[in-house]
Amino acid sequence: MTAPVITVTHGAVGYDGRPVLRDISLTVAAGEVVAVLGANGSGKSTLIRTILGLVPLSAGSITLFDRPLRRFRQWHRIGYVPQRLGAGSGVPATVREVVASGRLARRGILRPPGAADRAAVAAALASVGLTDRADDPVATLSGGQQQRTLIARALAGQPELLVLDEPTAGVDAASQEAFAAALRGFVDGGGTVLLVAHELGPLRPVISRAIVIHQGGIAHDGAVPEPAGHHAAPDHDHVHPHGPDEHAGLWS
Amino acid sequence: MELFQYPYMQRALLAALIIGLAAPSLGIYLVQRRLTLIGDGIGHVALTGVGLGLLLNRSPVLVAVLVAAAGAVAVELIRARGRTSGDLALALLFYGGIAGGVMLVGLSNSNSAKLNAYLFGSLTTIPPEDMIVIVGLGVAILVAMLALRPALFAVCHDEEYARVSGLPVRTLNLLIAVTTAVTVTIAMRAVGVLLISALMVVPVAAAQQVARGFRSTMAAAMLIGLLAAGSGIWVAANANTAPGASVVLMAIAAFVVVATFGAVWRGLRRRSAPATTPASEPHEVVLNRS
Repeated sequence: MTAPVITVTHGAVGYDGRPVLRDISLTVAAGEVVAVLGANGSGKSTLIRTILGLVPLSAGSITLFDRPLRRFRQWHRIGYVPQRLGAGSGVPATVREVVASGRLARRGILRPPGAADRAAVAAALASVGLTDRADDPVATLSGGQQQRTLIARALAGQPELLVLDEPTAGVDAASQEAFAAALRGFVDGGGTVLLVAHELGPLRPVISRAIVIHQGGIAHDGAVPEPAGHHAAPDHDHVHPHGPDEHAGLWS
Repeated sequence: MELFQYPYMQRALLAALIIGLAAPSLGIYLVQRRLTLIGDGIGHVALTGVGLGLLLNRSPVLVAVLVAAAGAVAVELIRARGRTSGDLALALLFYGGIAGGVMLVGLSNSNSAKLNAYLFGSLTTIPPEDMIVIVGLGVAILVAMLALRPALFAVCHDEEYARVSGLPVRTLNLLIAVTTAVTVTIAMRAVGVLLISALMVVPVAAAQQVARGFRSTMAAAMLIGLLAAGSGIWVAANANTAPGASVVLMAIAAFVVVATFGAVWRGLRRRSAPATTPASEPHEVVLNRS
């Protein structure tokens, strides 16, 4: 296949001396849709945060688009979708304003937004089906719609690589479908995807390869594995209790 | 109105209006970051600068800008490092700042009226050369906060995402810290160290009761700040009250009015809208999959 988009070579990560990831080596080529799977606490989120430079490596090396991570500057080629946003502050922001942040990597911080920026934001909003909510405060959206806002923000920058951290966790069915459609559109346009997931759901047909992280190491790298045990039951819907009154909102 | 024919009153009004505009334009980022009380803390540190300026016989405002900026950078570095020990470190910095200020002012043989001018503001005694500093720095704050709005919004809204966007996150954070210090010091002569935070925070708190987006909140906050400053000075001139306190009370009055109006308006809208069931999300479990 084509040039690698991401390579990790013997990567290791530790928090306070406690190893979280050890001896990770992987390659993601252009056009691939790679899912990083694993149980809670396996280190899968740490892996993608390390690839993005948010968590420092304690050993090994990472390259993005053939450049060492340390010297990588073409951040507009990457769209990042975090699992959730931090606690809200009460200062309102509209969906459009949040999505427009996704243009900064491409535009730079000093240039005011132009017609191309506005068009890209509108297209990103349309691709996740939030055009009619564009001028509503983000805090009034459901959890799934807020997640779609974050995906639109990443798409607005017209990246070549999308990195998503549990994009479908706790997201309603309509939003999951909207998300799967947006992802298919991105992949059909030649995009590369690295996503962390607890389980794949409607995304499964889009995934070309799966990497399973177990206890900080790679346990599997290849075809999407069949679910094991009770996960394999045809009507199994992966539901985790998250406490009785947990609010769905990402910002609240 | 005759009072405003005097140059010192015109200077007071101009200084108040500039601060009324500039303080909320910075304050919105502080509120978004949940650092609403940082202005208070930096004010304490600025007081050491005032004391140092009086002791060295230099312009207290200029020395305070430098000392407060150093303090703000220290606070930002502590904040970026981690939160657990930051809280205590901030407390040490703030109390050290105010104690140092009081001690240095005492050493400089200034009287307590001089200290009071910085603690609670003394708008009508601003000398013309300080006015130049206030106007120049006030305009610089406004330009920086408005021109960099998209980037500052991104950093305050989601710092990790801003980092992955390749934004100069550390530089922008330091810019906010230094701007906080500059705002505190130029507002010091107008409303006083103890009331500065109010002008940064209260107009934003009022604006977000009714605004829907970040940009509209910022615009409304700056308008409220401007109106509070103008009406506060007018009240102070006519009722012979302390200008700083009058401006802050007008801002708080604006908050009460806007919050009440917002609540009533939302209530009316809710009543007039047909009682539809809110669009709830589907069940998290599949009840009857066919």
